[in-house]
Amino acid sequence: MTALLDIRNLRVRFGGFTAVDGVDLAVQPGELLGIVGESGSGKSVSMLAMMGLIDAPGVVSAEALRFDGHDLLGMRPADRRRVVGKDIAMVFQDALNSLNPSHTVGDQVREVLRVHLGLRGAALEARVLELFEQVEIPAPKTRLRAYPHQLSGGMNQRVMIAMAMACQPRLLIADEPTTALDVTIQAQVMDLLSRLQREQGLALVLITHDLAVMAEMAERCAHRVAVMYAGQVVERGQVDQLFSQPRHPYTAALLAALPERSAGQRRLAALPGIVPGQHDRPHGCLLAPRCPQVQPRCVAERPPLLDGVRCFFPLQATAP
Amino acid sequence: MFALLLKKLATLIPTLLGVTLVAFALIRLVPGDPIEVMVGERRLDPAAHAALMQQLGLDQPLAVQYGRYLAGLLQGDLGKSLVTREPVAAEFAMLFPATIELALAALLLALLIGLPLGIAAALKRGSWLDQAVMALATIGNSMPVFWWGLILIMFFSVGLQWTPVSGRIGIEYDITSVTGFMLIDSLLADLRGDESGAFVSACLHLVLPATVLGTIPMAVVARMTRSALLEVLREDYMRTARAKGLSPVRVVVHHGLRNALIPVVTVLGLQIGSLLGGAVLTETIFSWPGIGKWLIDAIARRDYPVVQAGILVSALIFIGVNLVVDVLYGVLNPRMRGR
Amino acid sequence: MNNAVPALGASPPGPGAEFLRAFAANRGALLAFFVFAAVVAGAVFAPWLAPHDPVQQFRDQLLAPPVWQVGGFASFPLGTDELGRCILSRLLFGARVSLWIGLSAVLLALVPGVVLGLLAAFHGRWLSPLIMRVMDILLALPGLLLAICVITILGPGLLNTVLAIAVGALPGMVRLVRGSALAELAKDYVTASRVAGAGTARLMFDTVLPNCLAPLIVNATLSFSSAILETAALGFLGLGVQAPQPEWGSMLSAARDYIERAPWVVTMPGLTILITVLAINLMGDGLRDALDPKLRTAS
Repeated sequence: MTALLDIRNLRVRFGGFTAVDGVDLAVQPGELLGIVGESGSGKSVSMLAMMGLIDAPGVVSAEALRFDGHDLLGMRPADRRRVVGKDIAMVFQDALNSLNPSHTVGDQVREVLRVHLGLRGAALEARVLELFEQVEIPAPKTRLRAYPHQLSGGMNQRVMIAMAMACQPRLLIADEPTTALDVTIQAQVMDLLSRLQREQGLALVLITHDLAVMAEMAERCAHRVAVMYAGQVVERGQVDQLFSQPRHPYTAALLAALPERSAGQRRLAALPGIVPGQHDRPHGCLLAPRCPQVQPRCVAERPPLLDGVRCFFPLQATAP
Repeated sequence: MFALLLKKLATLIPTLLGVTLVAFALIRLVPGDPIEVMVGERRLDPAAHAALMQQLGLDQPLAVQYGRYLAGLLQGDLGKSLVTREPVAAEFAMLFPATIELALAALLLALLIGLPLGIAAALKRGSWLDQAVMALATIGNSMPVFWWGLILIMFFSVGLQWTPVSGRIGIEYDITSVTGFMLIDSLLADLRGDESGAFVSACLHLVLPATVLGTIPMAVVARMTRSALLEVLREDYMRTARAKGLSPVRVVVHHGLRNALIPVVTVLGLQIGSLLGGAVLTETIFSWPGIGKWLIDAIARRDYPVVQAGILVSALIFIGVNLVVDVLYGVLNPRMRGR
Repeated sequence: MNNAVPALGASPPGPGAEFLRAFAANRGALLAFFVFAAVVAGAVFAPWLAPHDPVQQFRDQLLAPPVWQVGGFASFPLGTDELGRCILSRLLFGARVSLWIGLSAVLLALVPGVVLGLLAAFHGRWLSPLIMRVMDILLALPGLLLAICVITILGPGLLNTVLAIAVGALPGMVRLVRGSALAELAKDYVTASRVAGAGTARLMFDTVLPNCLAPLIVNATLSFSSAILETAALGFLGLGVQAPQPEWGSMLSAARDYIERAPWVVTMPGLTILITVLAINLMGDGLRDALDPKLRTAS
C-alpha cells in the first residue's frame, strides 16, 4: 500500500541553524502517527514545511515529499493551495490566537467551504451546522455568530477542528492540540480526534511534547510513534512497545522523567545538559554530550536510523 | 451598541462644557478692558461704557453671563464680528465649506497614497521599497507644512507654471455657490455650459494645497499601516489562514488588513486634528478662503468674537471626529463589543 | 553524571552600555545625533560663528544670493534677505531661539506632566477623572490651534510661545505617565513595595517612575521636535517670536514675496528647520529602539 504521506530526508534550515535534519516519515491512509519530542526537536517545523508554511529565511529540501503520490515540494503554489486546507488540514496549538479575532467562527469555517468546495447559500449553512455538530459544539446555531474571544479554549479548539474537517481531508495534522487546554477538556478533544479518525478514516498525525497525551491516545487506539530529538527521528515503533521497552536512551530518559516514574525519589530523573543549539551541534550522535551510555564511537560518528532506532548501542529489552 | 454611544456622549459632556468655558473665558482673559476688547473701540466715554456694559450683559455675575453665552450658542449665535459687524455664524457658514473641501481632499490623498505605500512596505519588509517608504515617511513627518507649501509653489506654480498660486478658482470665472464646494459648483457651472474649463481650474487650484496639507497625514498613515500590518502578519491566525489554502491576496486583505486597519482608523482621528491646525497654515500660504485664514486675519485684527468662535468650532469638530472614530473602532474591533 | 552547564564568561554589560551599543548600531540615529550636535554647536557658538550681527541691515546688499551663485558675496555665505540681513547669521541665532524655546517648553511640560500623571495614577478615585477631564479639554484643541489660543490671550512673544507650546505638550505627557504608571502599579513588585511599607511619595518617584522613563524620554524627544515646528509655525504666522529677533519661521513669512526673485530666502530657513526636526525625530526613533525593544514599532 503506497503511503499517503511520504517524507524522505527532509531538511529545514534557518540560516546556520538546522531545525530538521534528515527526517523520514511515512503515514498510511487511515493511520494514526504520533510524533513526540521536546520544544525545538523539529516536530512542528517538519509538518509546517510539508504544508508549505515555512517562509524565508527558512530553506526546505527533501529527497521526497509526497502526498497521495503528488510531489509537494515541486508543486506550483497555486496547486498546493488546492491541496492544503482541503485534503491536508492542520490544527494548531493555541486556538484562540489561531483564529481571526475580527471574524465570527461561523464565517471562518464558511470560508474554507466556499473557497475549496464552492458551497453557497443553504448548502453552505447546512454543512457548517453539520460540522459544528460533528465536533460536538453545543447550541451550534448561536455559536456560529460568536467571535473567538467569546468562546472558551476548548470550544475554539473544536472550531479549529471543524474548520480542518470541513472538506473531509485525508490527512489531519494536530500540532499540540491539547496543550493550551485544561486536563478535563484535553480528554474530550482526544476523544473527538480519535472518533473522527475512526469514522472518517482519515490519517492523523498527532504532535505533542507530552508523553501523557500520547499514552491517552494509545488507550483509544494503537498506533505508531516517532520520537524526535534536535531535528532527527531517534526512535520509531508501536506505542506500547515504546512505553514498555524503549530502545533509544533519549526515549528512556523521556519516560524516566515522567513524574509518576520518580515516585518515592527525592529528585526527578532528568538528563543533564540542554538540547544543542546553533553553535554546538555535535558531529557525532546528537545526544552524545548528554547520554548516560555514551561510547567513543557515538562522539565520532552519526548513527543511522536502523530498525527503528538511531543508536549504535540501543537499549536491550530487560529480562522478563 | 447604542448604549455604548450614549455612554460615550455622556463622558463628552464635561469636555464640551469645558471647551465652551474656555471660549467664554478667552475674551475675558485678554488683557485690557473687556468692553473695549469686545467692542473694539478704545477710550469710550463713561456713559457709552456703562450703556455697553448693560447691553452686553457684562454687569451680570459671571455665571449668568456664561449661561447666556451657552444659550446663545445653542441657538447658533456666535456673536458679531468687530470688523464687519456681521454675525459671525453667517460668515462662518460661508467659509466653512472651503476648509472642509480642502481637508477632505487632503485626507483622501493621505489615504490614497499612504495606505498602499504602507501595505507595500510591510509586505516587502526590509527591501529598498520598504526603506524608501520609511525614509519618505520620516521626512514627511518632520516637514514644516508652511515651508513645504512655499517650495511646491516655487516648483509648480512659479517654475513650471502648472498650478496657480492662490485662490480656489481662476478669477476669470464667476461661479454661483450652490453647495459651497468649489469642485461641485464649478462642475455644475461647467456642465451647464456657462463657464467651460471651470472644473479643471478648480482642480488645479485644489491640488497643491491639498497635497501640502495632506503630506503629514500621508506620512503618518504610511508608517502606521506598515507597523500595524507587520504586527498582524506575525500573528498565529495568519498562519492558520495560509494553512486553509487561501490565496495570498485573500490572506493579506481579508485576514491581515481587516485587523491591521483598526489602529489606522484611530490614528486618522488624531490626524484630523493635525489637519485643522495645518489648514490654518495652508490657507494662509495659498490664500485659500477658509476658516483658517479667517481665524489668522481675525487675530491680527483683534477681532475677538471671531477668534472665539473659530476656536470653539474647531474644538467641537475635533471632539466630534474623535467620537466618530471611537465608535468606528468599537464597531470594527469585535473584542470591544463584549458579551 | 557530569554537569554539562557551561561556565559563565565575563559579567553581562550593564544597561547603560547596552543602550549605547544599541543606539550606535542604528546608523540613522547616529548620523542624526551628529547633525543635531552640529546644530546645537551652531546655536551655542553663534556669536563667534556668525559672520555678522543678525539684525544688522546692509542696505547695499539687499537680497544678495548665496556665495556659490552669480552675484554672491563671500562675506554673506548664504546670501541676505529683503532687508539686507545676513541669512547665515540669522540662521545661527535663530537656532538659539528655536532650541531654547523647544527645550524650555518640553521641560515646562515635563515636570507638571510627570506629577499630574503620577497623581492621576495613584489617586484613581476622584483626582484622576478630574485631571483627565482637564487634559481632555486641552486635547480638544489640536496642537497649533491651542497654541494660537494661548497666544491670543497672552499676546505674542518668546516667553508666551514657550508657555503656549508647553500647554500643548502637557496633556500628552500626563496621559503617557498615567498610562505607564497604571501598568506598573498592576505589577507585583509594586505590591511588594507597598507591603514592605513604602509611602506613596516614595512609591511614586522611587519605585514606579524609573520604570516609566523609557517611553517618557522618547515622548519628550518627539515633543521637542514638535515644539520646534510649532515655534516656526507661530513665527511664520507672526504670532510667535517677534521681529527683529531672528527666528526660522518668521524668516519665512516675509520670504513669501520673494519666491521668484530670491528663492534662497525661502529655501535656507526651511531646510534648516527640516534638517533639525528630522535629526531629532531620527534620534527619537533610535532612542525608542535602543531603550526598550518592546516599544519598537516592528521596524
